[in-house]
Amino acid sequence: MKVRYFAWMKRTVGVADEEVSPPAEVRTVGDLVNWLRDRSAGHAEALAESAAFGAAVDKRTATFDVSIAGASEVAFFPPFTGG
Amino acid sequence: MAVRVQAEDFDVGAELNALTTGTRRIGGLAVFVGLVREMHVREGYHKDRVDALTLEHYPGMTEKALEDIEAEANKRWPLEATLIVHRYGRLEPGERIVLVAVGSPHREAAFEACEFLVDWLKTKAPFWKLEQTPKGDKWVGAHDADDKAAARWEK
Repeated sequence: MKVRYFAWMKRTVGVADEEVSPPAEVRTVGDLVNWLRDRSAGHAEALAESAAFGAAVDKRTATFDVSIAGASEVAFFPPFTGG
Repeated sequence: MAVRVQAEDFDVGAELNALTTGTRRIGGLAVFVGLVREMHVREGYHKDRVDALTLEHYPGMTEKALEDIEAEANKRWPLEATLIVHRYGRLEPGERIVLVAVGSPHREAAFEACEFLVDWLKTKAPFWKLEQTPKGDKWVGAHDADDKAAARWEK
């Protein structure tokens, strides 16, 4: 599964994207956040506050209770500021 | 219906001509053009001069999100034509960022749908603004006012 980070989260984590293989008990976006936090100090910092960022599963906005089963790409990003 | 995400500038007149050519059912065309403005005088909290913005986006998701928003507008109002063009990359004050154009038989629907599209794309399309200031780069935070503007269309 590919995990992508955008805006300040990309800089804090230190990579734009990475391939990960979470264990079977990582079922939802929220589970994945918890699991990713242990990967590095940058991950822990970027993903520290769940209220500060959103997620997408296969390029659709997703809440943290959404399943990641079968997903090929999960992204994390701060609130949008376009327009 | 059309959505484009591009680095290059757009020609507003040419876009509107293309949008309305071939249809005689549009009685009103509402247009919003978003520009990069000088932000050193903004609401007190923004004291640094902004030399430029860099807009980052999520290719693939951005187009889907804009198409979803456009489809929602077409469900809510009787529209004959819609166009969203959003730029990304480095933009300086005065440059165009976004074009939203909505054609409808009647002006009320065109005005409302145009405002709806702008409100929703600000909060639902994956773009992020990075400001270049003399003190370094700063990510723009989300604005409560934008969230409120988007929320009034929720139902």
